[in-house]
Amino acid sequence: MATHLILQKIFKTGFVSEPAPQADSSLRTREQALHADILKVFGQSVSIRHVDAGSCNGCELEIHAINGPHYNIEGMGVKFVASPRHADVLLVTGPVSRNLEVALKRTFDATPEPKWVIAMGDCGCTGGMFGESYASCGKISNVIPVDVEVPGCPPTPIALLQGILAAVSQDKKTAS
Amino acid sequence: MKIGEHDWHLEPLGNHIWRGRMEAGQLLALAREVKEEGGQLIALWGSDNRHLGRGFAVHAALLTSAGLAWVTCALPEDEPAYPDLAHIFPQADRMQRATFDLLGITATDAVDDRKWLRHGAWLADVFPLRRDFDASQPATHDTDAYPFIRVEGDGVHEIPVGPIHAGTIEPGHFRFSIIGERVLKLEQRLGYTHKGTEKRFEGMDLATGAKLAGRVSGDSHSAYAWAYCMAVETATASEAPPRAVWLRALFLEIERIANHLGDLGYLGNDVALAFGFTHFWRLKEDWLRLTAKLFGHRYLFDCIVPGGVARDISDSGRAELAAEADRIEAEVRSLKAIYDDHATLQDRFANTGVCKPALAAKLGLTGLAGRASAQAWDARAQFPQAPYDQLDVSMATQRRGDVLARAEVRFSEITESMRLIRDLLARLPAGDIHAPLTPVQDVCEGLGWVEGWRGEVLVAVRIGADGTLDRVHPHDPSWQNWPLLEVGILGNIVPDFPLINKSFNLSYSGQDL
Repeated sequence: MATHLILQKIFKTGFVSEPAPQADSSLRTREQALHADILKVFGQSVSIRHVDAGSCNGCELEIHAINGPHYNIEGMGVKFVASPRHADVLLVTGPVSRNLEVALKRTFDATPEPKWVIAMGDCGCTGGMFGESYASCGKISNVIPVDVEVPGCPPTPIALLQGILAAVSQDKKTAS
Repeated sequence: MKIGEHDWHLEPLGNHIWRGRMEAGQLLALAREVKEEGGQLIALWGSDNRHLGRGFAVHAALLTSAGLAWVTCALPEDEPAYPDLAHIFPQADRMQRATFDLLGITATDAVDDRKWLRHGAWLADVFPLRRDFDASQPATHDTDAYPFIRVEGDGVHEIPVGPIHAGTIEPGHFRFSIIGERVLKLEQRLGYTHKGTEKRFEGMDLATGAKLAGRVSGDSHSAYAWAYCMAVETATASEAPPRAVWLRALFLEIERIANHLGDLGYLGNDVALAFGFTHFWRLKEDWLRLTAKLFGHRYLFDCIVPGGVARDISDSGRAELAAEADRIEAEVRSLKAIYDDHATLQDRFANTGVCKPALAAKLGLTGLAGRASAQAWDARAQFPQAPYDQLDVSMATQRRGDVLARAEVRFSEITESMRLIRDLLARLPAGDIHAPLTPVQDVCEGLGWVEGWRGEVLVAVRIGADGTLDRVHPHDPSWQNWPLLEVGILGNIVPDFPLINKSFNLSYSGQDL
């Protein structure tokens, strides 16, 4: 019975992922560019490990959102993984709380080279409203090296995807 | 105001909110009488009042038959202490430990005096929320040596999980003691996202304070921003125009629906029904996009400001929102039919992570998780602030206390919130959306109380004579509910933990502060 309803819903809904064939869609350009860059840098795909280093959980809402059907990130070769040891990219949110400073450094160390770090959100980029204090180290780059900063409170899914693109399309050797 | 046999001389502070001061010794008697009449402790916190010539203070917010009672006990400058409340209200335990970590105020005779919010970032003998705290002192960088309670015996072993988790969730540490696959004990270690939020409020102007309050727990932005503004408006004897108040309720219900949609999707995902995730997150994304189109932000950040709201809605926007509410409600109904019919999902949801009503009452389970365990409290229904006093909110309750019950409450609340949204849109008063606050003349205080999607959010505010924030304490319902997750997992298998955890969906940032 449930199977019947599920199939009915699937066929009635169709595809909601943002359509690739729209030539004038700015999103599509980014998706294609992202896909090409991912192919160039990683051959097949890029694996991202999210690390909440003290966030208010606002940024996490948008990380969940890009995993939804509208964005089809796995179709672009972007995958969120469960361990830093499986990751190419660390996506870090929050001002770094002092209680997570060691955990963040260890996570960074556990990620194999080559690796990229994206600081997500105003707090990750500047310390945001929480700044530096007895409990907060402020921005991510105060604790680990950052390759790309995506501002916003929280950054929209499109801004986040652009940030991921910027991270993987950057030739790290030239940059450093 | 009478509670039990006694008149506690509480004065009305706001709608259904009462204010009182008493000796620390009386607090215990009050707590007992509140407990006897079936009430609960909602929040406990402290403050350093030495700059006002009043030593320290401990504050408690108690849910009584007449509303919320905010009582304060002045404590001496030397060795400030108050009687332990955790033996009456077990939910006081972590709040008392946090109050000690931050202010050095002791709960006398408390059974558990382990640290809670303090890890290694500051020393045991300094207290960050004291006015004379030296913020320039170096962090200790000591590893957090937390004395977990160990379970020993043949075949028992521990699984440490976190603080960095495998999924996109917030950081915390879970220490499982298991035998085979069964969980014998779960102990939580939180406080990882403690980022000094309460200290940050000190000296902040009132408008910036609203922004920070909204970021205590980002998923409950509107609940916190409204509670903060309610507190500030009470303190300054100001009033937001009716249209603004109705728009605040609209924002709160939009937030509730967005979170419930996301949770129902993840609950499906956690029992391997990816279909559920895909469809609920499709609906959530549609909802967020419309929210951004109408109000300029997907999560309504900074739309609620002291004195009113920053965003209005046009007539065409009202029609659009009402139409989308109808469409999504119909889709949720069809998805519920699938969840109801899906044998695997029902099998995994039912009798998993059970918090029985009696235990929930004893431990103070609150909010939507509380309502799933027959704790029939919803501030919008029993103690409504405007405009809920004109909306006749129908409360969702279940008795099973399992994952299924917590999912059912979410389904019911989506339907009710959609009705509220249609009602709010149809009856939205005309007029201004903002009125300036009355200027502050002297030290003043207020309390905001809002039923957010997770449970009741409280914000207590004291404004200094110079018009800046002197002390702000935001309280998240996760404080009470985290310990129930430790209980709900008992006897379940480890692989059901993510499902049970998601069914509560508690805030780390909200309780870590």
